[in-house]
Amino acid sequence: MSETTYTPESGDVEALEFHVTEDHHPETGTLLGFWLYLMSDCLIFACLFATYGVLGRSYAGGPTGAELFDLPLVAINTSFLLLSSITYGFAMLETQRKRVGATIGWLAVTGLLGVAFLGLELYEFAHLLNEGAGPQRSAFLTSFFALVGTHGLHVLFGIIWLVVLVVQLRKHGLIVENQRRLFCLSMFWHFLDVVWIGVFTFVYLMGVLP
Amino acid sequence: MLEQLDLTQLIFGRLSWDAIPLHDPVIVATFVVVAIGGAALLGALTYYRVWGYLWKEWFTSIDHKKIGIMYMVLGLVMLLRGFADAIMMRIQQAWAFGDATGYLPPDHYDQIFTAHGVIMIFFVAMPLITGIMNYIIPLQIGARDVAFPFLNNFSFWMTASGAALVMASLFIGEFAKTGWLAYPPLSGIMESPGVGVDYYLWALQIAGVGTLLSGINLLVTIVKMRAPGMNLMKMPVFTWTSLCTNVLIVAAFPVLTAVLGMLLLDRYLGTAFFTNDLGGNVMMYINLIWIWGHPEVYILILPAFGIFSEVVSTYSGKRLFGYASMVYATVVITVLSYMVWLHHFFTMGSGASVNSFFGITTMIISIPTGAKIFNWLFTMYRGRIRFEVPMLWTIGFIITFVIGGMTGVLLAVPPADFVLHNSLFLVAHFHNVIIGGVLFGLFAGITYWYPKAFGYKLDPFWGKMSFWFWTIGFYFAFMPLYVLGLMGVTRRMSQFEEDAAMQFWFQVAAFGAFLIALGILFFIVQLVVSHRRRDQLRDTTGDPWDGRTLEWATSSPPPQYNFAFTPRVHDLDAWWQMKQHKYRRPEQGFKAIHMPKNTAAGIILAGISTVLGFALVWHMWLLAGVSFAALLAVAIGHTFNYDRDYHIPAEEVERVEAERTRMLASHV
Amino acid sequence: MSDHHDAAHDDVLPDAPHSTFKGYMTGFVLAVVLTVIPFWVVMADVFESTGVTALVILSLAAVQIVVHMIYFLHMNFRSQGGWNMLALIFTAVIVFITLAGSLWVMYHLNVNMMPGMMQDPWG
Repeated sequence: MSETTYTPESGDVEALEFHVTEDHHPETGTLLGFWLYLMSDCLIFACLFATYGVLGRSYAGGPTGAELFDLPLVAINTSFLLLSSITYGFAMLETQRKRVGATIGWLAVTGLLGVAFLGLELYEFAHLLNEGAGPQRSAFLTSFFALVGTHGLHVLFGIIWLVVLVVQLRKHGLIVENQRRLFCLSMFWHFLDVVWIGVFTFVYLMGVLP
Repeated sequence: MLEQLDLTQLIFGRLSWDAIPLHDPVIVATFVVVAIGGAALLGALTYYRVWGYLWKEWFTSIDHKKIGIMYMVLGLVMLLRGFADAIMMRIQQAWAFGDATGYLPPDHYDQIFTAHGVIMIFFVAMPLITGIMNYIIPLQIGARDVAFPFLNNFSFWMTASGAALVMASLFIGEFAKTGWLAYPPLSGIMESPGVGVDYYLWALQIAGVGTLLSGINLLVTIVKMRAPGMNLMKMPVFTWTSLCTNVLIVAAFPVLTAVLGMLLLDRYLGTAFFTNDLGGNVMMYINLIWIWGHPEVYILILPAFGIFSEVVSTYSGKRLFGYASMVYATVVITVLSYMVWLHHFFTMGSGASVNSFFGITTMIISIPTGAKIFNWLFTMYRGRIRFEVPMLWTIGFIITFVIGGMTGVLLAVPPADFVLHNSLFLVAHFHNVIIGGVLFGLFAGITYWYPKAFGYKLDPFWGKMSFWFWTIGFYFAFMPLYVLGLMGVTRRMSQFEEDAAMQFWFQVAAFGAFLIALGILFFIVQLVVSHRRRDQLRDTTGDPWDGRTLEWATSSPPPQYNFAFTPRVHDLDAWWQMKQHKYRRPEQGFKAIHMPKNTAAGIILAGISTVLGFALVWHMWLLAGVSFAALLAVAIGHTFNYDRDYHIPAEEVERVEAERTRMLASHV
Repeated sequence: MSDHHDAAHDDVLPDAPHSTFKGYMTGFVLAVVLTVIPFWVVMADVFESTGVTALVILSLAAVQIVVHMIYFLHMNFRSQGGWNMLALIFTAVIVFITLAGSLWVMYHLNVNMMPGMMQDPWG
C-alpha cells in the first residue's frame, strides 16, 4: 500500500466538502466540564477515605469511634441531606416549568436544610472538641475530622453558591445561563449526598463496629 | 508594648529582616543580578510604553494561542532558573572532595536540589507541555478556541502564581530542604520548622489549581469541539496523546492536592496524618504522593510522544505507521500508569507479593511504549526523510529514550532496585527519560510549530548547534551518573571523601552540564537570530513543512478566530487530504464570528492567590484573611458578569482573509 | 441581558436531561430505604459477626450510590454522548485502585515493618 498517494475512502472525490459554510456552533461543554470537575473532587475524597481506612483504627490510646459517635445524631443529619437532595430535585422540576418563584422557594428550602446539616455537624464537632477528642488527639481523629470536615466545607461552599444563584435568578430570571448554573449546582449538591453515603457507612457505621 | 508586639505579629507573622538571606554571598550575588536584570526589563517596558499593550493584548487575553505562548515563556524562563540550580550542583559535586568543601554549604545545597526538581517538573515541563497543548489542540481539531477561554487564562496565571512563590522563596526566607516530593517526617513541622516547606506546599497547591482546570478545559475541548467529521479515530495523534494526558491530569492532580493538603494540616494545625507519634503513618504520604507521581510521569511524556508522531510522519512524508496501535498503546499506558506507583518505594518493606505485583506491572507498561518506538521506526522506513531540526530531535530521542527505558526496566526488578534505590543510577535513569523524552520532544515541538505561531521558521543552523550540544552534553552529563550509581553513590550528597576515581566521573558530568549550558545558550541565540532574519525565514503559506494536520490549513500566525470557516474532516491527516483534493480556500461569503471577550478576572484572582499564599507561608493571618475574603468577593463578582462574548464583524474577517490571499499570492 | 445571543435561541438548556417528579420520588424512596436498613443493622446489632455487618452495609452503600447516580444525577449512557458515564466509570476504577491499593500496600508495610503495632482488622 502506497503511503504517499491518497486513495479516497468512499464516494465521489469531487463531492467532498472541506469546510462548513453555515454557522458552526459546537455544543457548550459546561455540563461535561463540571462533571469532570466533580470526578476530580471525587478523587480528593477517595484519598481522604483511603487515609481514614489506613489510620481509622490508630487511636493512640485515645477515644475510639464506638465511644464517640452518636448514631441517632448522624441519622438525623443524614435525613437532612437526603431531604435537601429531593427538595433540590423539586427546584429543578420548577425550573423546567419556567417558574422562577417556585424555583427560588425550593432552593431556599434546600439551603435551609443544608444549614441545618452544617449546624448539627458543627454541634457534633464542638462536642468532640469539648471531650478532648480534637483532630490533634490521634491519627484516627485527624483522618475523621479531615474527611468529615472536607465534606462539610463542600456543603458550606454549596450554600454560598446557592445564595449567589438565588440573587442571580432574581436579577435575570431563568435565562439559559442561569439554568446551566442551576444544573451544575444540582450535580454538585447530589454529588455531596453521594459522598455522604460513603461517610456515614464507612466512617460512622463501620466506626462503631467492634 | 505587648499589644504592639501582637499587632506586628498579626501583620507580619514570622517575616522579619532576618528572612533576607544576606549571609549567603551566592544568593546576594544572584539577587543583585536578578534585580539589575529585572529593573532593566521593567524600565525598558515602561520606556517603550508597552505595559498597556501587554495588559490588553496578552495578560487579559483569553485567546488560546496567546495563552499558549505565555505558558511557553514562563516555562523557558523557569528553565533558566532550574538549569542554574543544576549547574551549581554539578560544580559543587565535582569540587567537594576530601578537604575541599566546595562553595555551597549543605543547608543551601539541599534547597538547590529541591528547587531544581520542583521547578523542572512543575514550572518547566508542565507549562511547556500545557503551552504546546493549548496552542495546538484547538488548531488541530479545527476549533476557534478552547471550551472555557476564561478558565484558560485563569489557569495560566495560577501556574505563574505558583512559580512566583517559588521565586520569592529564593530571596525572602528559604526553600524546602527536603527533596522534590517533601517526604515526612523530614518535611514535618518538627524537622522543618522554617518557611521552606510552606513555600513548597502553597506554590504547588496554587499551581495545582491551574493545572487541574487546564486539564478539564482541554479535555472538554477535545471531546466537544472537534470539527464536523473528525471522529475519535480521525483525530491527530498529538490530540490523542493530549487527550490521555489531560485524563491523567484530571484523575491524578486531585491526589496531589489531597496529600499536600494533609501535610499542610499537619504543619499548620498539628494534626497527626504523617507524624511518628499519635498513630500517624509517614508511609501513607509516600503511598499517596506516588499515586499522583507515577501518572505525572506519563502526563509529561505522552504529549511528547504525540509531538514525535507528528514530526516523524511530516518529515518522512508518510502517514504515521500503525495509527490505531499508537492510539491503543496510549490508552493502555494511561490506564496502566495507575498500577505501578509502588515501584518508587520497593525498598520500604512491602514484602514479596506486593513488590512482585508492581514489578510486573512496571515491566508490562514498557510494552506499549516499545510498540510506539517501532511505529516511529516503521514510519521512517522507506520514507523520504527530511532531516530538519525537529527530525534530529526525534532521532536523538529514539536512541536516548531507548537507553533510558532499558535502565527503567532494570529498576523495575525489585531485587535490582534494592541495590540501586536512591543511587545516582536512578537519577541518571529519570533524567535519561525526562531529558531524552520530554525535553527533546518539547524542542522538537517548539521548532516544528514555531513558524505556525510566529510566521517565520527558526534558523536551522543554530537549531542544529543547540541539538548537538544538548545531545552530546546529555551523554557526558548523565552516563557518568550511571557509573557512579553502580559504584554505590547515593543521590543528594553535597560532599564526598577523597576518591580520585569517583571525582573523575563527577568532573566528566560537570563538563557535560557545561555543554548543555551551551545548548541552551544556542537555543536562545537561535530565537534572536531567527527574529532578525525573519524576512528570509518568513512562512507565507501557513504550511512550511508540507504538513498533514489541520493546524497547517490556516495562516501563520493564525488569525484570532483560527478558521474563517470551520473545516469539515473526512479522513485522518485532514489537511493532507485537502491538499490531495486541490482544496481551494473560500475567498468570500464570510460571516461574523462569535468570540469570547478578554477579561482581567484571571490575573486578578491569581494575583490575590499569590498574596494569600505568601501570607500563609509567613503566618500573616490578617493579610491571609483579607486576601481570602478578596478572593471570594472577586470570584463571586465575576459570576455576575454575563456579558462575556462579542462578534468579530464579517468585514473584519474579510479584511484579514484578503490579506491572507495576498500573502499566498506572493508565494512563488 | 435580553439582547444576549442565547436569548435568540430557544431558552431551554439544550443538553440537560429532563427530570420528572416520578423519577425523583422513586429515587428518594429507595434512598430512604437503603439508608434506614444499614442504620438499623448497626444500631440494633442484627448480625453477630462484624464481618457480615460490614459487608452488608458496604453493599447497601454501593447500591444506594447507584440509586443516587441514576435518579438524582440522571446518569445514563446517552447524556453528553456517553462521556459522562465513561468519566464516571474511569473515576470509579481509579477510586477503587486508590482505596484498595492503599489499604493493601499499607497493610503489608505495617505487617512487615511494624509487627508489634498490628491491631488493624481492616486488612
